[in-house]
Amino acid sequence: MNSTELISLAVSSIFVNNILLANFLGMCSFLAVSKKVETAMGLGIAVTFVLAIVCPVNWVLYQYIFKAGALVWISEDLAHIDLSFLKFISFIAVIAAMIQIIEMFMDKYMPSLYAALGIFLPLIAVNCAILGAALFMVERDYSLIESGVFGIASGIGWWLAIIAMAAIRQKLVYSNVPVGLRGLGITFIITGLMAIGFMGFAGISL
Amino acid sequence: MSLSKKEMEVLVDPLVFNNPIAIQALGVCSALAVTVQLKQAIVMSVSVAFVLVFSSFFLSVLANTGKGIPNKIRMIVELCVIASLVILVDQVLKAVDYDLYKQLSVFVGLIITNCIIMGRAEAFALGNSPKASILDGIGNAGGYAIVLCTVGGLRELLGSGKLLGFRLIPESLYTNLGYENCGLMVLAPGAFVLIGLFIWVQNTLWPAKNN
Repeated sequence: MNSTELISLAVSSIFVNNILLANFLGMCSFLAVSKKVETAMGLGIAVTFVLAIVCPVNWVLYQYIFKAGALVWISEDLAHIDLSFLKFISFIAVIAAMIQIIEMFMDKYMPSLYAALGIFLPLIAVNCAILGAALFMVERDYSLIESGVFGIASGIGWWLAIIAMAAIRQKLVYSNVPVGLRGLGITFIITGLMAIGFMGFAGISL
Repeated sequence: MSLSKKEMEVLVDPLVFNNPIAIQALGVCSALAVTVQLKQAIVMSVSVAFVLVFSSFFLSVLANTGKGIPNKIRMIVELCVIASLVILVDQVLKAVDYDLYKQLSVFVGLIITNCIIMGRAEAFALGNSPKASILDGIGNAGGYAIVLCTVGGLRELLGSGKLLGFRLIPESLYTNLGYENCGLMVLAPGAFVLIGLFIWVQNTLWPAKNN
């Protein structure tokens, strides 16, 4: 794995296969929190931060405990054991636990960032972008470094999308939208137009 | 089993007036991702219905026995119940239809973080009787299924001219009249725009009561 391929993976996860606009992950918080740019910014940072940590941690757990035959490092006799059906429950537990640890760590050592993220940190546990990225990483057989890069890049892609959306929605207050389309409806259509825009990045390769 | 008026309301309300996707904005991710074909949409609706009904039931039973679920570990208990049910669905689907399982890929697992399930558990199941919770689960699963199947059907019909794999738009239309599939419908933007239009129609026909 050389650095060019890693950069290519990062660019494609941010723009071409944007986790929100192409894979539809993390829609709920995207719709709920994209009303103001400041809060969107906070949530974007928090999601990127958590994804960057959770993806490699889950990778290590999956490779050494849950994957078919992964327990060989304990004893040769365990080679036939396949625990991969446990991956859902363990991933979600790891995500919730990691968020708790990150929260306590930040509370102690980075109080300013902790105060800025506030309520958004615990909410991330049920953001499907996090679990989705962890499952994609397993499905696509990434290596440890690749999964780290994929985690960070997916986070940045999500961040980019929610900030753009929040900025558009702040301006949208001044426009005359048909009554039935106000709120959720127009948000979906704008997201669709943004997705068309991001499709223009397809074909970029480094 | 006869239902009282209030129970009937719990069952019917989420189908249209308080639709989980169009009004409550819950469970949107999967509604967009698995609606390229009608078949995927139907399987996903059934899976979500199964998980939703049983998680509502079990959590309501847990909350109503003895001292109930301690507030501090509420989220973890919810996630454990939901994740166990999703593992069941995942294993069954893998055994029954492996091709479809591959197409749905991560979205079966993502039922765990589907906000409909967490949302209904928090908002309804923890504070109501098991029977009412089951009804609420069925109602919300129905509302979810209506949106999923409408969008899935439209996307498959407009995007590839088929419905459940059968060709509905005849070949001659393509060769003689130059009809073309709407390629956008198969891609991500089509899903966003269709759901947006769905909400528009819904809001125009049945204006929301509370806003």
